[in-house]
Amino acid sequence: MEWALLVEQILNGIQFGVLLFLLAAGLTLTFGIMDLVNLAHGSMYMLGAFVGATIFLWTGSFIIALLLAVPLVAGIGIVTEVTTLRTLYQRHHLDQVLATFGLILFFNEMVQVVWPLDGLTVPFPDYLTSTVPLFFGIDYSVYRLMIIGAGIVVAIAMWALVTRTRLGMLIRAGATDRTMIYALGTNIRLLFTLVFGIGTALSALAGVLMAPILGANSGMGEQIIIVAFVVIVIGGIGSIRGCFIAALITGLIDALGRSFLDVILALFIPVNAAEAAAPAISSMLIYIFMTCILFFKPQGLFGAQTQ
Amino acid sequence: MLKLNSLQNRRTALAILVVGACAIAPIVAGVLDEPYYINLFARLMIWAIAAISLNLILGYGGMISFGHSLYLGIGAYTVGIFAYYDIYNFYLQLTTALALGALIALVFGGICLRTRGVYFIMITMALTQMVYFLSISIEEYGSDDGLIIYVRSELGTDLISFDNPIHRYYLIFAAMIACLYFSHRLIRSRFGYVIRGTRSNETRMEVLGYPTFRYRLVCFIIAGVMCTLAGVLSANVEKFVSPDIMHWTRSGELIFMVVLGGMASIMGPITGALVFWLLSEFFSRITEHWHLIFGPFLILVVLLSPRGIDGLLSIKSSSND
Repeated sequence: MEWALLVEQILNGIQFGVLLFLLAAGLTLTFGIMDLVNLAHGSMYMLGAFVGATIFLWTGSFIIALLLAVPLVAGIGIVTEVTTLRTLYQRHHLDQVLATFGLILFFNEMVQVVWPLDGLTVPFPDYLTSTVPLFFGIDYSVYRLMIIGAGIVVAIAMWALVTRTRLGMLIRAGATDRTMIYALGTNIRLLFTLVFGIGTALSALAGVLMAPILGANSGMGEQIIIVAFVVIVIGGIGSIRGCFIAALITGLIDALGRSFLDVILALFIPVNAAEAAAPAISSMLIYIFMTCILFFKPQGLFGAQTQ
Repeated sequence: MLKLNSLQNRRTALAILVVGACAIAPIVAGVLDEPYYINLFARLMIWAIAAISLNLILGYGGMISFGHSLYLGIGAYTVGIFAYYDIYNFYLQLTTALALGALIALVFGGICLRTRGVYFIMITMALTQMVYFLSISIEEYGSDDGLIIYVRSELGTDLISFDNPIHRYYLIFAAMIACLYFSHRLIRSRFGYVIRGTRSNETRMEVLGYPTFRYRLVCFIIAGVMCTLAGVLSANVEKFVSPDIMHWTRSGELIFMVVLGGMASIMGPITGALVFWLLSEFFSRITEHWHLIFGPFLILVVLLSPRGIDGLLSIKSSSND
């Protein structure tokens, strides 16, 4: 029984990790290449959830929701980039933080105007509601397995994009030396917009996928975006590989901490005290982990020594 | 009469205006028979204290902390938890809160200041979020419903009391003036020059032989302690504390106040807090969804007037100076 629970929680951890990867990949790209601190990245996740949920509720088809919502939100992201964020690239980080904070306030409020105040709840798509039997006799949600699968596909696609294509080459070059690729004649504005669009699309995808599990709520973006910050800080800013590994570790620590910390603590301190302390400590676990990593590697696990 | 043609005189005029407004607010509220305004201004001054403390690290030290609301929470929760165990002695509450604030700033600052740039922003944010979730997960102290404080801090004298709104107001006013004076003296001291030096060129300060890490850490701790004081006062105004006080948007609003007022100017944070409040009142009268206007307004301020109100004061003055 313990083993079944363990496997289930590991899968939950991987699923959370994959979700974090989808969010953190866009963040780490925009920071690595454009040197932009985009707090509003979580807003695109939230918009993904709302737009996806709305289309799914209208059409009844999750596939259509996925295919429409992701480009739609990526479009909103690109419009934001062209109108606002583009002017911020050369600015100080403080200006970027404040301006994107303004964007968050705007998007959170906009969502409350357009959609019901208490958000949307979305059913699971019919064909994905079932569970499949896995080893150790546990049944696991097909939907969550699908998210894990989607995340891994995206991770591989991102890896291929960054390491195997011309665009990826420009992205890597841009992350190393922005001025140089501009001097070599690359249309850097277009490149930035494109990268921003990719990041937004990943974030929106995460939003659409999570809507049936979490629902769509105003402010849902920031809850998770701060965890995504933790992920890219652990992984090292600008590194897709670091981002993927850090996302999985963070997801696993969070899921396992929440379900097993009381058992582990009970080995060392009285059961009563362990049960009282476990919820408090498990909510802090990923931040403590981040602190430990930073203590030994201030640039994160795979961070490049930039500037 | 002050002539408003030099920057110095304009700044002085603004300072007199803002501090004067705070000083006479209860009298005006009394004349207008609107006691509601007394607490409103008290809250405003608490914001101002928090912003003054943030300005020390953000404006003068160049450390972009996106987690400063943490210390408001420390101060307010210390009062709340003491009151929960029926301990109302103000001096005990205050010293414990400030010591705790200093300790946490020491530990967190020690971690954050090892990093630079965007890492620093994200880590200050993450550490505050950690304490925010901690406060939510402790059911004993109300988790996300918060903690009601039934009895305000007791000052141990019959002459002044936190329960009297006027007394309370002027206690907070005195605290704000004290913080203002303290930060004024601090940044003009040798310590202040070192801190400002590290903002513009840390390597140079190191070469000059200053242990910049320690200077920055001490500055971080001072700011944390001052903000904790604001939290202690806040608990006594609201008689309530909840995790919301540490929410990351609070930290964002504090940064905005500092930037709006003008970074690295003494009166900036107070002016910023005042204007922030006026704006939010103004926008929220236009529509219930005032963030819809406020968000883009914030972006415009950043894009058009990065030096804030203090920057506006210096327009045209250059020709006369």
